[in-house]
Amino acid sequence: METLITLLVGVLVMVAVYLLLSRNFVRIILGTAILSHAIHLLILTMGGLKKGGAPLLTEEGSTYTDALPQALILTAIVISFAVTAFLLVLAYRIYRETGADNLDDVRRELDD
Amino acid sequence: MTNALVLPVLIPLLTAIVLTFFRNSFILQRTLSFLATASSAGIGVYLLLRIQSEGILRLDFGGWEPPYGILFVGDSFALLLVTAAATVTSIILLYAFSTIGEAFEKMYVYPFMLFLLAGVNGSFLTGDVFNLFVCFEVMLLASYALLILGGRKVQLVEAFTYITINVLASWFFLLAIAYLYGATGTLNMAQLAERVAENGQGPVLTVISLIFLLVFSLKAGLLLYFWLPGSYSAPPAAIAALFGALLTKVGIYALIRMFTLVFHHSPEITQSIIGIMAALTLIGGSIGALSSSNIQQIIAYNVVIAVGFILVGLAAGNEVALQGSIYYVLHDMVAKAMLFLAGGLMISLTGKAKIGELSGLIRNYPTLGWLFFIVMLSLTGIPPFSGFIGKVLLGEGLIEAETYVLLTLAFLSSLFVLYSLLRIFLNCFMGEAIIGSEEQVVLKKRTLLPIVMLGVLTLAIGIGADAIAPFVNDAASTLVNPQTYIEAVLDKEALLKK
Repeated sequence: METLITLLVGVLVMVAVYLLLSRNFVRIILGTAILSHAIHLLILTMGGLKKGGAPLLTEEGSTYTDALPQALILTAIVISFAVTAFLLVLAYRIYRETGADNLDDVRRELDD
Repeated sequence: MTNALVLPVLIPLLTAIVLTFFRNSFILQRTLSFLATASSAGIGVYLLLRIQSEGILRLDFGGWEPPYGILFVGDSFALLLVTAAATVTSIILLYAFSTIGEAFEKMYVYPFMLFLLAGVNGSFLTGDVFNLFVCFEVMLLASYALLILGGRKVQLVEAFTYITINVLASWFFLLAIAYLYGATGTLNMAQLAERVAENGQGPVLTVISLIFLLVFSLKAGLLLYFWLPGSYSAPPAAIAALFGALLTKVGIYALIRMFTLVFHHSPEITQSIIGIMAALTLIGGSIGALSSSNIQQIIAYNVVIAVGFILVGLAAGNEVALQGSIYYVLHDMVAKAMLFLAGGLMISLTGKAKIGELSGLIRNYPTLGWLFFIVMLSLTGIPPFSGFIGKVLLGEGLIEAETYVLLTLAFLSSLFVLYSLLRIFLNCFMGEAIIGSEEQVVLKKRTLLPIVMLGVLTLAIGIGADAIAPFVNDAASTLVNPQTYIEAVLDKEALLKK
């Protein structure tokens, strides 16, 4: 199971890198979003996939699933959400100011 | 346990939140933000003194004993940096009061500066790797907002590159954290150090340490500094000074902390890679500083040279070299802030940024000219200014470690710093005055005051090096003996008693 998920992470990173290497703002932003999803999945895998019961202390039950990766991912999701929102607004603002939606045109605009 | 340890983060954070509700009352904004930074600096000094008598301080949030909870750990190294960061920020704020302009003040520039300081202080104080990531992000989000304030086209475009780079760096940070958690099962720095020491730093852990090296080098501008000159020369002087003084230092702190506390078991790999990267940074920064004719770019490349210089000490890794690095980090925070403010003031007074377009400014603004001269001497390492003691100790440490190539490069870079700044000084301040006394923009005393204060501070650190020596020595000895740090955090006997 862990191997499969790790492969999935690899595919996601591949897609994200392809998007990041393009020149279009929206593609770059989508790339960063997919990149963060990939890493969240990896953190989950690194904590070990479902091994025991829910991490609630009860009288029965001896093994528990590690709850820490979930807490880490929750924090990371909030942060990547904020950064993605910021990037989207920034891209829109650049578009409003320069009329360009990709880095090539923006650089040309700046040089003029 | 001491609750005061959280105050350098809490005070700026809460003040910033309160200030967002008072957008239009500038006097309140200015007073509160200055009080917040100044009191953080005061608390930094107080904690520093307490550490000398009580040893390393620690604060477990929510009463969760380490290694289960998130905690703040205050050793001398962290608190020296906290104090320096808060002091420099409060002086930069004074400069911002008279120069930044109403449009910026309306757009929450002071709250953002306080958020940045909170993130920086949090990064220095935290004892948990994931919390370090969160504090980095607090600092970075504030810096994104500060970078685009004003909304000039060049700022927006530079910000897009800067943010994308940092998102990628944060991704690598999370990657390293995920692997580290998978490999060791903990994220508490002290417990990490203990487990890595027990199990040995095998190939897997060394690879993880190299991912950390990549992340922190991107943040510190160690070799991976390609994004730095562009984004540091885009915003106004006060904000650029804040970036130049604080942001790269957090990366440097994280590098020194991780590679002296946790990953210090295979120095032949990690230390030598850091050494090579530092050497290339020194060379690249020097070339950049010489090849540019834009004042802001030259200053930004000086930041790069300093990063290389400080991390040469980490590559050598002995106590004396680390003492030198710590002195130099403190000096560099003050001196870089001063350099950015002085350079920014030249540009805002004349409206020109190319060194060929300026001349004879010393007739118009003699004080500014001599202040620039002082910061130039200080950065080159001329006594009695603050750069001297750091350079001497670093030199001694490098000789002790027998890394003569790094030694040569480090001291050659000082010459390049001197040359690049002397070029600005000779071209812009000396020569024939091109601005007549009637048409020159008036330079207010209160604009100049912060730069004078930084000048006094660099002189004070230089002359009073003896006074801060105990703190620096304690910081360096904790770095070379990570066991002190581990024992302070994972207090075995106290844990057993409970």
